[in-house]
Amino acid sequence: MAAEPFLEVKDLKISFPTDDGLVKSVDGLSFRLERGKTLGIVGESGSGKSVTSLGILGLHNKRNAQVSGQIWLDGEELVSAAPETVRALRGAKMAMIFQDPLSSMHPFYSIGHQIIEAYRVHHRVSKQVARKHAIDMLGRVGIPQPARRVDDYPHQFSGGMRQRAMIAMALVNDPQLLIADEPTTALDVTVQAQILDLMHNLQEEFNSALIVITHDLGVVAELADEVLVMYGGRCIEYGTARTIFEEPEHPYTWGLLGSMPRIDRPNLDRLVPIPGLPPSLINLPSGCAFHPRCAYEPRTGGLGTTLTPELTVAGRPGHLVRCHLPTAERQRIWREEVKPKLEAQ
Amino acid sequence: MNDESGAAAIPADPTGRTAVPADPMAGAAASAEAAGPTEAVRLSDPVPAEVMREERAVKGEPLLSVKGLEKHFPITKGLLRRQVGAVRAVDGVTFDVYKGETLGLVGESGCGKTTTGRLLTRLVEPTGGSIEFDGRDIAHLRQGKLRPMRRDMQMIFQDPFSSLNPRHTVGTIVGAPFRIQGVKTEHGVKRAVQDLLKLVGLNPEHYNRYPHEFSGGQRQRIGIARTLALRPKLIIADEPVSALDVSIQAQVVNLLDDLQNEFDLTYVFIAHDLSVVRHISDRVAVMYLGKIVEIAEREKLYTSPRHPYTVALMSAVPVPDPARRDRAQRERVLLTGDVPSPINPPSGCRFRTRCWKAQDICAKEEPPLIPRLGDAASHQTACHFPIVEGETVEGRRPVSAPTP
Repeated sequence: MAAEPFLEVKDLKISFPTDDGLVKSVDGLSFRLERGKTLGIVGESGSGKSVTSLGILGLHNKRNAQVSGQIWLDGEELVSAAPETVRALRGAKMAMIFQDPLSSMHPFYSIGHQIIEAYRVHHRVSKQVARKHAIDMLGRVGIPQPARRVDDYPHQFSGGMRQRAMIAMALVNDPQLLIADEPTTALDVTVQAQILDLMHNLQEEFNSALIVITHDLGVVAELADEVLVMYGGRCIEYGTARTIFEEPEHPYTWGLLGSMPRIDRPNLDRLVPIPGLPPSLINLPSGCAFHPRCAYEPRTGGLGTTLTPELTVAGRPGHLVRCHLPTAERQRIWREEVKPKLEAQ
Repeated sequence: MNDESGAAAIPADPTGRTAVPADPMAGAAASAEAAGPTEAVRLSDPVPAEVMREERAVKGEPLLSVKGLEKHFPITKGLLRRQVGAVRAVDGVTFDVYKGETLGLVGESGCGKTTTGRLLTRLVEPTGGSIEFDGRDIAHLRQGKLRPMRRDMQMIFQDPFSSLNPRHTVGTIVGAPFRIQGVKTEHGVKRAVQDLLKLVGLNPEHYNRYPHEFSGGQRQRIGIARTLALRPKLIIADEPVSALDVSIQAQVVNLLDDLQNEFDLTYVFIAHDLSVVRHISDRVAVMYLGKIVEIAEREKLYTSPRHPYTVALMSAVPVPDPARRDRAQRERVLLTGDVPSPINPPSGCRFRTRCWKAQDICAKEEPPLIPRLGDAASHQTACHFPIVEGETVEGRRPVSAPTP
């Protein structure tokens, strides 16, 4: 770990001024990611996960978004960099797979045209060479008869095919950082399985760093080495995938796990949902942002409502939690109160 | 119609639910979603839902009996709108729904599950088959005759944003069924609506608000309140939770569960999420390309699926357990290609084009939906070569080798 990490985000803050007040979508987020590793960012809508990914790619309009902090990508700082510098990196060194391939592809241009364009922005080659490259890429993501399908339009592809084409477009310049924002949410399970498998294999092949943003804990468990749980624009828990799923320490993470029926376990009588609603980002609750929905808040002795907890090292090294409860107490609650409820019957 | 007693009999005090929680942030909208206190109470509910469910599942008369249901959407061409083909969205579906049970209907997009739901409520006119509801065939009733039946049969829609009229207040939306059906309520419509709002965990004082003032989960609750207004016997829920966040999804699933116990409701629960369907259903039917390929009691279907498609579908669900990731990925059946077009479905068994067990007979003969391999009568599979327990299914295929 002594070496420079490939991607390092330090105290990233992204907010949007609106008539109703300042929307703090991301409020002091820090993480690092090595090449060949996958980070899963989990959270509900409005937790700031997509805003983070757009921030890394520098896709926020400076006129209506305030971005501060540092983003280091392979030794280069992006937040303060000139727009041209970021533009040269975007697509080449870092690329994104969007959620909805139908709305993120241009309906007037053929799939091939769009991939060729993406390639030629960063490579000075003839159209013929770029086209060969595009066909090769489509073949690699599992599109049958790529030489013929390259001239098809997005509407002629099925949902799964479009997502594959989207991945081909993202990978055409061989990016070292790939951000996938809800890559399979719009897809059916069987197609989702194909796409997850494809992403897994491609990552091994290209040895790229991958950030998967999703609300689906199942998808995270399939792909991620490390998991970052976001709530109200902040990281509230960070750890290896195994720790997050087997020994989670934040009450919100417990809530997420309890809200989700699991096909691999005996059926629960009742789900254990998180009460209430996600917070408004304009006016976060005082103290711990999760306290109005937290069942264990009374046990913090009033700290929860007054003081924002820091992200501190929890039960094991590298595992970070933002919670007022003492570590031992959290582990005891998980072991004795929460876990049995999730596994019972 | 007695909303009072209905509301009072819910396990937790409904008024407790509407208390404004101590969160200053979300303003008024949040106060209604405060399902918090009740959830805490319900967790210690003395009667486990599982027991209730088993009691319910004692088979009586089918409430709904569907036979050979078909919907072919015509494809027309030219000035004279000559019919040149048909999208066979639902193509001969037969099943029963018993009183008090939940039948889950799963399948991928385009398999006809939503069309089936709309056919059952006659929002879409069937092209063939019969729908017997409460002893009466409603498949071809005229609208006028159908209207009284609508009281007993209601629908919850998927998208809580497009299924509520943005120009109507919550009061108008939830009260609409009373007005349309000309139902007299004891203390007036307003009171009845407020009781309904209480019942689904919303603040009755929000009677005069508009849908945009509510979050997705709350809107879905408004839709559920409207559905419950006339105390229907059968509710068709079409993807009622798939547009919601995980934590809110669980709240709504639990609400549906409570309402079922409370009012002895029968559900047809249409969803693509196999985990949610397993959680809520007593029996599950799996659809593929307009047909039911397998139907069984929930546990039977999930522990010993017979149809290769069911197996593939279930193995595709991502398991939230990183420790089992490698095994899950190894055992996953990766289907190749896409679902064929319902305009021109494959001959014989419709799944054969993607099935690893397919043989010549599958193309020639359509397998009937019957019990296979000595299964109970309730477990029916439409497959010539059903999966035997412990059979090693031919698993993964390389991703880069798709179907030709």
